[in-house]
Amino acid sequence: MSNIHVTTTINGDKVEFLADPRETLLDCLRDKVGLTGSKEGCGTGDCGACSVTVDGTLVCSCLVLGVEAEGKDIRTIEGMAEGGTLHPLQRKFIEHAALQCGFCTPGLLVASKALLDKNPSPTEEEVRYWIAGNLCRCTGYDKIVRAIMDAAAELRGEAA
Amino acid sequence: MAKDEYREFRLVGTRPDRPDGLDKVTGRARYGADMTAPGMLWGAVVRSPHAHARIVKIDATKALALDGVKSVVTRADFPEGLTGEDWNLQENTIAGERALYDGHAVAAVAATSRFLAEEAARLIEVEYEVLPHVIDVDEAMKPNAPVIREGVSDATVPEGMSPNVVRKIEFGNGDVDAAFAAADLVMEKSFKTEATHQGYIEPHACVGQMGADGKGEMWVCTQGQWYIRKMCSAVLGTEASQLRVTPSEIGGGFGGKTTIFMEPLALALSRKAGGKPVKIVMSRSEVLRATGPTASASMDVKLGMKKDGTLSGVKVEFRMQGGAFPGAPTEFALYCGLAPYTFGAVEAVGYDVIANRPRCAAYRAPGAPMGSFAVESLLDEMCIELGLDALDVRFKNAVVTGDRAAYGPKFGSIGFVETLEAVKNHPNLLAELGPNQGRGIAAGYWFNHNGETSVSMAISEDGTVQVSVGTPDIGGSRASIALMVAETLGIAYEDVRVNIAETGSLGVNEPTHGSRATFASGKAAVLATEAAIKEMCKRAANEWGIEPEAVEWKDGAARPAGPNAGQFPPMTIKEIGAAMGSTGGPISGHHESLPDGVGASFGAHVVDVEVDPETGRTTILRYLVVQDAGRAIHPSYVEGQYQGGAAQGIGWALNEEYVYDDKGRLQNSVFLDYRVPLASDLPMIDTVIVEVPNPGHPYGVRGVGETGITPPLPALANAVRAATGVRMTHLPMSPSKVLAALKAR
Ligand code: FES
Ligand code: FES
Repeated sequence: MSNIHVTTTINGDKVEFLADPRETLLDCLRDKVGLTGSKEGCGTGDCGACSVTVDGTLVCSCLVLGVEAEGKDIRTIEGMAEGGTLHPLQRKFIEHAALQCGFCTPGLLVASKALLDKNPSPTEEEVRYWIAGNLCRCTGYDKIVRAIMDAAAELRGEAA
Repeated sequence: MAKDEYREFRLVGTRPDRPDGLDKVTGRARYGADMTAPGMLWGAVVRSPHAHARIVKIDATKALALDGVKSVVTRADFPEGLTGEDWNLQENTIAGERALYDGHAVAAVAATSRFLAEEAARLIEVEYEVLPHVIDVDEAMKPNAPVIREGVSDATVPEGMSPNVVRKIEFGNGDVDAAFAAADLVMEKSFKTEATHQGYIEPHACVGQMGADGKGEMWVCTQGQWYIRKMCSAVLGTEASQLRVTPSEIGGGFGGKTTIFMEPLALALSRKAGGKPVKIVMSRSEVLRATGPTASASMDVKLGMKKDGTLSGVKVEFRMQGGAFPGAPTEFALYCGLAPYTFGAVEAVGYDVIANRPRCAAYRAPGAPMGSFAVESLLDEMCIELGLDALDVRFKNAVVTGDRAAYGPKFGSIGFVETLEAVKNHPNLLAELGPNQGRGIAAGYWFNHNGETSVSMAISEDGTVQVSVGTPDIGGSRASIALMVAETLGIAYEDVRVNIAETGSLGVNEPTHGSRATFASGKAAVLATEAAIKEMCKRAANEWGIEPEAVEWKDGAARPAGPNAGQFPPMTIKEIGAAMGSTGGPISGHHESLPDGVGASFGAHVVDVEVDPETGRTTILRYLVVQDAGRAIHPSYVEGQYQGGAAQGIGWALNEEYVYDDKGRLQNSVFLDYRVPLASDLPMIDTVIVEVPNPGHPYGVRGVGETGITPPLPALANAVRAATGVRMTHLPMSPSKVLAALKAR
């Protein structure tokens, strides 16, 4: 099967790659563009480790084809920190020990940023349901939920 | 600031950012599948669609005819004549005469792209002759059950039992029948638990390279790089020293990454493809079908109790199947299920049984959750029957330091009673319960393993320190080891960098397993640091022209030990490091041993649930974990172990199970169907860290990683009993099962 040339924007940079039409966006990011921060935990849309945004919408990149990235604005974990400055969510995840193995972390950060972009004051329950598509096997989610709530408070300008 | 009887600590007990945190929140950390190598091929594995089948023929002609397919391997490419555990490993890596379970690897192929490798795998034609199979442990023990393999049983198995029974475990003391006769209440019940999977989110992945001379390298997500080296070499018939294994960051393991699966296939494919590196990444469905899982269990328990709650005797028989090979953790189920209490008389029997399922791997406190489920559930039922308080009864029978465990050895320093005290004082016990709500309590236990350990540390020219350990960091062990080394040296936490070493740069290390990383690597790192301190004191002594014994180390500097030693200003680690090039060369310390002084950990959990009478669904309202950590070096990561263990136990109790069809094929091999707990399923998980320091560790550390998965199974069953009056004896307590039990009430 011949490959298709794709031109897209990833984390603000123009990127071109050749995609096998069967290849997922996740595979293209990881194997063609070299952005291995997005992870594959299942390949079936059940774990959220591959979470990215496409034109601002949170998606499982394992359920999107690479060729669908044409002309889109893709954001991944690699684009979350601005220069050397971590996003408050990233900082709070470290501070709250919200990661153990860290494999779910990129997806959870991308997903929770998408939540806070929409809803700056989520309740605990809203956080839990929003990240229900992101499996973490290590933490029991307690510290993840706390980190997200704390980052939201900081982004709202409230002292912790 | 943490303290024990003698000491106050500057760093131990604080919660600094973990050193690898930045890499892990930015996507930079490299896990198993994140590696590529020049000229790399992709591998794919052909797996049996049958639970049990003779392999009549494998024809790879069509696959090899594809452009870009570089090698195909079958069992014929592996050496013959292996025995014992080496043979088991080889047979599980790639089937020989028969496929023994759905998902068993039968061939593998390497090609220039992932798609091509997958296509080639589909073109490999395998002819099977399907054989009768058996899945359930009790079925597998029946005399007429299909036989997985003759001649596996060892001498412990009595004659006349099915050849699928491969090991019998027995221990006991006292006269149980007399104990039952003297008891006020004797009850017995049977329990069952289903197989579950460790469920790490990162599938197994590796890049392996091996030449015709047997020299090779491997990048792999593993809990133990030396185990990978030893096991791959055994299966391939090569020299362990010729294989260098580098552990990637690891996306969870829970015991499931302490052994090999497709790693030898990558090396064999590489060897056959002229030494080109081969990458294999498992799909989730391959992970569920062919790696892990736990054993399933069928258990009978009989207990005798006096009116005041004193236990007088226990009789148990546990039967566990661990897949198509010996190794179900039956003895650990027996030991840990019985560990928390003094029972009077004990009679314990266990069977290790084989069946047509994937070979079980260690899963966090292997066996303990099942054993505790059976014993703690029956104990709870007897408390209800006699109108006794469940916590009081546990206090009454709890083991203390020096008691003899039901399975024989004496406990060293333990903190079970202190743990129960902390439970008793927790506000969660005062929370009011409404209709359809109930509270369950249960205890649990796990050991602390020492294992082969080798650590080295070196002072840098700028006075900072590098520590190399051989235990992969799965949940913050770099941070805890850095804290202990910095505490010992009296320097800043940030001045210690902990590296996870590949197999070429340290002596043999056992994996991060058995709750041992912070205990064993931590203890070895402290001892290595003390060796370096000795050398630094010597350098200062030489400089000052005094005896090394007249120098002491304090707060990051060598100092004269007393007024008699002379008057010298302290010589800091920075000064010593800067000068070492001219004072005698590099300064390092190392330590190799089987560290002694292990410290086991007891825990107790309390859960409040609400059971929906319409649907049978159990909602967790509150969850409390109390556990003895000895000392929490980095309390956040200790809490993390408690919470993570509880969540896995909750999944096991309520949802998770391997479901097979009548042909023995796994029916739920994706996360949608194999349902692990989601954020929306759980409340916050409250924790209390009890600290009864382990005298065998320089900072009092006990193994904390595993105990936490043990109490949730019985705690939830006890809570459901309290909420509904129904005793669930077969896990998981899925809504449909609970509903059926409610209807039958
Ligand atoms: S890898 Fe995409 S959801 Fe799991
Ligand atoms: S931290 Fe390991 S899966 Fe979330």
